[in-house]
Amino acid sequence: MEHIVILGNGISGVTLARHIRKLSDKKITIISAETEFFFSRTALMYVYMGHMKFEHTQPYEKNFWNKNRIELKKGYVTKVDSKNKYLLFKGGEVFPYDKLILAVGSKPNKFGWPGQDLEAVMGMYHKQDLDKLEKYAPNNKVCKRAVIVGGGLIGIELAEMLHSRHIPVTFLVRESSFWNGVLPEDESAMINREILSNGIDLRLSSNLKEIKADEKGKVKSVILEETGEEIACDVVGLTAGVSPNIDFLKDSGIELGRGIKVNRNLETNIKDVYAIGDCAEQIEAIDQRRSIEAVWYTGRMMGETLTQTICGNRTEYKPGHWFNSAKFFDIEYQTYGWVWSQTKENEARFYWEHADGMKCIHINYDKNTREFIGINTFGIRMRHEFFDKVLTEKRKVEYVLEYLADANFDPEFYKLHEKEIVEKFNSKNNTTILLKKKSWSRIFNLQA
Amino acid sequence: MKSIQNIGLGLFLVGLTFFISLIFLGKYELSPTNFDKFVANKGIKSNLFINEIKANIVGQEFDGSFAFSSKVVNTLKSVNNIHKQNSEWDKVIWTKPHSFAYEIAKDSGKGIIKENKGVFWWLTFGLGIIGALLFIIPNVITLGPKGIKNNGIFLSSATNRGWIGWVVFIFLVGFYLLLYFWPDYIINWTYIVDPISENLSGNLASQWFLYGFLYCTVMTVMAIRMYIKYRHNKYQILRTTSVLFFQIVFAFLIPEILVRFEKPWYDFKNAFPLDYDFFFSWSLDELIASGGFGLFILIWGIVLTLMIVPVMVYFFGKRWYCSWVCGCGGLAETLGDPYRQLSNKSIKAWKLERWLVHGVLVFALIMTGFTLYAYFSGNQSVLGIKTQTIQDIYGFLIGAIFAGVIGTGFYPIFGNRVWCRFGCPLAAYLGIVQRFKSRFRITTNGGQCISCGNCSTYCEQGIDVRAYAQKGENIVRASCVGCGICSAVCPRGVLKLENGPESGRINPTEILLGNDIDLMKLINKK
Repeated sequence: MEHIVILGNGISGVTLARHIRKLSDKKITIISAETEFFFSRTALMYVYMGHMKFEHTQPYEKNFWNKNRIELKKGYVTKVDSKNKYLLFKGGEVFPYDKLILAVGSKPNKFGWPGQDLEAVMGMYHKQDLDKLEKYAPNNKVCKRAVIVGGGLIGIELAEMLHSRHIPVTFLVRESSFWNGVLPEDESAMINREILSNGIDLRLSSNLKEIKADEKGKVKSVILEETGEEIACDVVGLTAGVSPNIDFLKDSGIELGRGIKVNRNLETNIKDVYAIGDCAEQIEAIDQRRSIEAVWYTGRMMGETLTQTICGNRTEYKPGHWFNSAKFFDIEYQTYGWVWSQTKENEARFYWEHADGMKCIHINYDKNTREFIGINTFGIRMRHEFFDKVLTEKRKVEYVLEYLADANFDPEFYKLHEKEIVEKFNSKNNTTILLKKKSWSRIFNLQA
Repeated sequence: MKSIQNIGLGLFLVGLTFFISLIFLGKYELSPTNFDKFVANKGIKSNLFINEIKANIVGQEFDGSFAFSSKVVNTLKSVNNIHKQNSEWDKVIWTKPHSFAYEIAKDSGKGIIKENKGVFWWLTFGLGIIGALLFIIPNVITLGPKGIKNNGIFLSSATNRGWIGWVVFIFLVGFYLLLYFWPDYIINWTYIVDPISENLSGNLASQWFLYGFLYCTVMTVMAIRMYIKYRHNKYQILRTTSVLFFQIVFAFLIPEILVRFEKPWYDFKNAFPLDYDFFFSWSLDELIASGGFGLFILIWGIVLTLMIVPVMVYFFGKRWYCSWVCGCGGLAETLGDPYRQLSNKSIKAWKLERWLVHGVLVFALIMTGFTLYAYFSGNQSVLGIKTQTIQDIYGFLIGAIFAGVIGTGFYPIFGNRVWCRFGCPLAAYLGIVQRFKSRFRITTNGGQCISCGNCSTYCEQGIDVRAYAQKGENIVRASCVGCGICSAVCPRGVLKLENGPESGRINPTEILLGNDIDLMKLINKK
């Protein structure tokens, strides 16, 4: 029986294992050094915040793995011998495989800041980071201030986490506005306001110069690059992005770039070795996507796709239309299609913001063909199916506005804003779009 | 803000202490005239009993209800034994001893509590309400800006089965045991709500009036907490308002006012088989005896169960009843909301749930079948089993122990829907309709789920919502009461409660939206 060994028990590896089991009888082993069972990394924040216990982040019950004959092995792999097809564990154990799937995820970036390895300096990525945070920032007596370095999704989540325990937070963001490499100016400004209104000490255009230690080697303060200001703190969170966790593969013969190089079939340069999820780097980026996508959904899709190849139906990884979501304190964010931070030459934009400054939508379309390109929606939930279909059918922006009521996914009885949105679009563009009433049969057909 | 909350907590605890201490206070003395009236009213034929009571109780002052009641109960039991030995069946007093003692004691209280009902109302209910509100209302500020704020729920001993949870558990279980089995010990509680009862129905308060009033009070105070906690979520606000309205108006005010007009006490929204004694012979007799209005209630009750309930479930799901109308649901969604995360999500619990809840439904139906057969045939027993015995077993096991003691008492341990999930026969019936013939579902938004688990954690019915959402499947489950909290706590906008077309409602998928369209077609077709 062919032995499929999956290195990494995150969403990519586990999705792959589940689907292989559905299609085949192969022997499957998942290896992880981090935790015994699969858990949702994106939910770690809720454990610290007290919304959930760690067990709640585990989507499958313990006997699920037995029942599906997926073997779990805890251990740290130090070396891959792709010639002789075995893994070497810390402690010396040799573990053979027939097919190896690398789903090893990422690690937090460190940019060589002085003091970056001090005690109480941490990322927020692994289960171990959560344990560390619980140790160094259990409350605002032990941790009188925390400094977060890096203004991305993990940074703002860490800010929310610490804020939930009333720990004062200074948030250093290199950019001139939060996440403005991804978000257009308006949305980015909205999130700046949200961060400030939660009492976070947001420092835009601010870089870390160094982290200083006390006499015991624990964090004492940070120094800012621009002003030289020293900020006393007890914890430093490094959240300046993540990069593939591939150091242990250096001498494996597997071709590496920033990540593990894979072709469209998610195959590496070495036969029977594949890579999926955060750690995989497409040799050529797909469509307008990045070559490395550290996103939950892409990890899962790669797992779904590679299953086919492993089970004998060699299949290209062809992700559909881009989508993503996040939550910034109390503001939910969803995106479908592309809305770049900067408008491209062929693009036109339509922006609507609610008077309360907590909701907005931003639509991107082709100014010549008027084809819909993408939407950002903040504070209003929208249907994935609706936009996926609109993008597939290459609908025009006017169509999207006309049927916007079908797209709404907010809970029942919520105030609807489509009318106001369409009116604003009409007045900006001299159009006469009439909003169609929500139709179950249209929505339903979309789901077919 | 914190200090206001602490003052509130202090006042609440003082009120609660007064409330509990009332059990042990007060003096009881049965006057000869009251006793004569009582004997006449009850039609007591046992001279032995009358003499015993006259000799040992009438005209004597007792300290506290325990001393008084135990004397009555002991007398009753020993006299009954003698009569039973002598086969003097007409002289045996069949009323349950503690209910009997309750009725005598209710007439016998005297002294400070009975003379100052208003003052003691304020010292108990008044302080409790004011204290609770002072504790709850500052949440507007302390919880931070509106939005989901479940911070610290699993870090608090009150909401994570810590010592506070266990103390609350003991209090609630104790309360229900007294209410159902030892009402004679809580006479003083009924005194302080006598004035309210007299204003409504014209009668003195029974323990059931006390319970109804307390129920409405607790729901109102905790509904204010809901309004603050979910003030960003209109579905929650409307739903809370609805359950509160139906509890206060339909379960409390209308029945009491009906009594004032000498009509049967009836809760128009309480559908059979949750209202399990609707077809009991005493209930049918009472309804038929009260003429046209009674007949109307009888027809309404049947139409409610056979027509309105299933039709509404078809259009809106069982939520229209369980989390918008029902009193049990109403308490669960207000008082119980802080405990919703404690429900068991395991597959084992789901299995147990299906056996138990459908078992209770079958039990209720068989009992009702026997009862109706007995009613129309005139036989007291069916297949050699006395219908009365079945009714007593059901009333004790299901009506009192399951619905009350376990259903509510166990909130802080097993979560707030133990009764609704494992025991309620009406929920079982609604659930069967919802599962097989309804437009209701929780729609999963394409491929947006990140498996975080907030939805499953906060599902009071113990549904593993995530198990469906992470596969891109809609959630169609018999037990879902449509509280809408899974949708509220979802950080990625994945879940929406909807009443849509029936076809495609259940949509098993292998590959989620967002992946290669051809691959989705290939795999999902199988």
